[in-house]
Amino acid sequence: MNTAKFGVSALAILAASTSGALARDQIQSAGSSTVLPYATIVAEAFGENFDFPTPVVEGGGSGAGRKKLCEGVGENTIDIANSSSRIKQSDIDTCAANGVEEIMEVRIGYDGIVFASKIDGPEFAFTPSDWYNALAAEVMVDGALVANPNKTWHDVNAELPEQDILAFIPGTKHGTREVFDIKVLEAGCEATGAMEAFVAAKGEKDGEKACLALRTDGVSVDIDGDYTETLSRLDANPNAIGVFGLSFYQNNTDKLRVATMSGVVPSTESIATGEYPVSRPLFFYVKKAHLGVIPGLQEYIDFFVSDEMAGPEGPLAAYGLVSDPELAATQEMVAAGTPMGPLN
Amino acid sequence: MTLADMSHHRPSLYTQDARTKARNAAEKRFRIYGITAVTLGVLALIVLLTSVLGSGLGSFRQTMMTLPVTLDAAVLDKKGNRNPDEMAKATTITYGKVLAQALEAVVAEKGLAPEGMKAKEIGSLISKEAPAALRDMVLANPDLIGTTIEFNVLANGRIDGFFKGRVTMESAALDSNVSPAQLELAQALRDAGMLRLAFNWAFITNPDASELRPESAGLGVAILGSAYMMLIVLALALPIGVAASIYLEEFAPQNRFTDLIEVNIANLAAVPSIVFGILGLAVFINYAGLPQSSPLVGGLVLTLMTLPTIIIATRAALKAVPPSIKDAALGVGASKMQTIFHHLLPLALPGILTGTIIGLAQALGETAPLLLIGMVAFVKEYPAAPPEGFLDPAAALPVQVYNFTQRSDPAFIERASGAIIVLLVFLLAMNILAVLLRRRFERRW
Repeated sequence: MNTAKFGVSALAILAASTSGALARDQIQSAGSSTVLPYATIVAEAFGENFDFPTPVVEGGGSGAGRKKLCEGVGENTIDIANSSSRIKQSDIDTCAANGVEEIMEVRIGYDGIVFASKIDGPEFAFTPSDWYNALAAEVMVDGALVANPNKTWHDVNAELPEQDILAFIPGTKHGTREVFDIKVLEAGCEATGAMEAFVAAKGEKDGEKACLALRTDGVSVDIDGDYTETLSRLDANPNAIGVFGLSFYQNNTDKLRVATMSGVVPSTESIATGEYPVSRPLFFYVKKAHLGVIPGLQEYIDFFVSDEMAGPEGPLAAYGLVSDPELAATQEMVAAGTPMGPLN
Repeated sequence: MTLADMSHHRPSLYTQDARTKARNAAEKRFRIYGITAVTLGVLALIVLLTSVLGSGLGSFRQTMMTLPVTLDAAVLDKKGNRNPDEMAKATTITYGKVLAQALEAVVAEKGLAPEGMKAKEIGSLISKEAPAALRDMVLANPDLIGTTIEFNVLANGRIDGFFKGRVTMESAALDSNVSPAQLELAQALRDAGMLRLAFNWAFITNPDASELRPESAGLGVAILGSAYMMLIVLALALPIGVAASIYLEEFAPQNRFTDLIEVNIANLAAVPSIVFGILGLAVFINYAGLPQSSPLVGGLVLTLMTLPTIIIATRAALKAVPPSIKDAALGVGASKMQTIFHHLLPLALPGILTGTIIGLAQALGETAPLLLIGMVAFVKEYPAAPPEGFLDPAAALPVQVYNFTQRSDPAFIERASGAIIVLLVFLLAMNILAVLLRRRFERRW
């Protein structure tokens, strides 16, 4: 039977190969597609300047990366998970259940989230309230919650241009969406007074959740792909506003016009000082049990947070990473191999 | 009834009656439908090819600069003992400065720089890949230190884009990564004969590169990875597929069980490939513990996917051999096995090979299952020679296309189309081989 023959051959191959599979000599990491370009830049420079092979870096999303990290200890599991949002208690629990006891949390810097439209369109100056009033399912009108009636940005805020509302925002699987929800929608919900009304109507927890409900009449479009997809959607819909990472915008400044948020132009400087409100820290998580087992792992993480790489003059900053003002503390922590404490 | 009544009152053979006209018109209409269908297909192909070739051919030419570089011992070998281990302390950042200074010196000597241009802007005309290439060269041959060499460096991706029409003076004015002054300088360097567009072998041989240096990104690892996977598919799927078909066709009893197997094989051929990816992740990686991103796992998954194609093609080829040949062989006393291996199989071989090659071509272009088993990774190291190399991380051609399209630097769009061209060339070559084999060896009875 073909299946039986196949099974035998496959087993033979597996047996022949597992003996060789044990000696992994390159670092493997996976996770956030936002951290991916930074990680590849560091991996490339690491491979060039050290006597270790270039680490393998995979994308797949922050959550997927952390899940892989927590699959267990051993050469068959990844060493580093890149993440654009902080690790969750549920991840830590999974890790512990699978024998991954100590994890190091390394903050590599900050990433800005920008709002941009086609370069030949009008200028926009947003506040979180504008975005809330444009996209939320229910908004405050004359002191009462009503289904969102706004058609154009001008309806939302008289200072904005008379342009139909159409927004391409990251889909819910992206770490970027979480930041958008918290720093833009929730902030706008609170500022417009809608949150108070929701909490009064539905209670504390459900009220805050209701702030994140978006209208479903097609003006807010979730993009599950990456920023290149958002950009090509903008090409097809010149009236739309897209949500991008700062580094993507910096690589496409000839095509995109960036909007200000609360009067601040996004840049590595304005994000570093905290003036620009929509930003988030980027992390990677290291499985401590693999330090000293996978060759070059300690050197790689030291190199990642070194001033040469992650400092304000380094290649990561040139690509769009907002370097961490507390980088020196991170470097000490990485050198000492301090595992992360409980989440606060 | 007379003969005259039966002739339908046809006046003459030379004039068509209404029914003949209607039949002829129907045929004409049908031909027009056919031609329209063919034309639409050809048009779609032309549009596809022009868009891919139009945006991808550029990746086969790359902007290069030739610079006289002085390798100063005081900078690159501070101890002065030419010991590569100690010289390795000079990182690519140091080498980057050496190259930038070399370019600045040349530009100053020839007076090419536009007014008010900063030194830093001049240096960034050079690709960030170049320092690594120079460092490798010096470490491999420490005697170069203290000499001045003519060194070929890649130009930055935006400069390259300028000569390919992707970057213009207007877009550069808005672009934060390049300035019009840099483009002017690049043009001046080209006029002075120091900068040129050359055929880009590196696109075929180089590994992938990070987003800071699209100009050096290549398909080397992806081509190797795809080749390794095809080897594995060929080595597994062909013998298994042929053995299974021969047994099913010649030995298996006709009963419910074999019917069930047959239905399942036909069914498997239509299963979406992502299903095989999920299976591969569960069985080969999570259960059997094979390494992620390795061509072995990719090859095994693609083998599963290719098997039904090969089995169906092989059984069709075996069926096409006339029974008289089998009967004759059995009639002169050959055993069943002799009949199969001496007569049936050689005659069916062209059909089997054609089916195999078409199955391989399908597997070569398959992306979805590979995404699940970690072959989307950024892999910079070439896998080792087989068999160890089967376990090293590698990329695959179609996945590399997908990878390139996700990068933010617009230069990668060109690379993605270039990778599509390479993939199409491989597919075309395989399909032509299949056609040639069929033409050359196929027998008709």
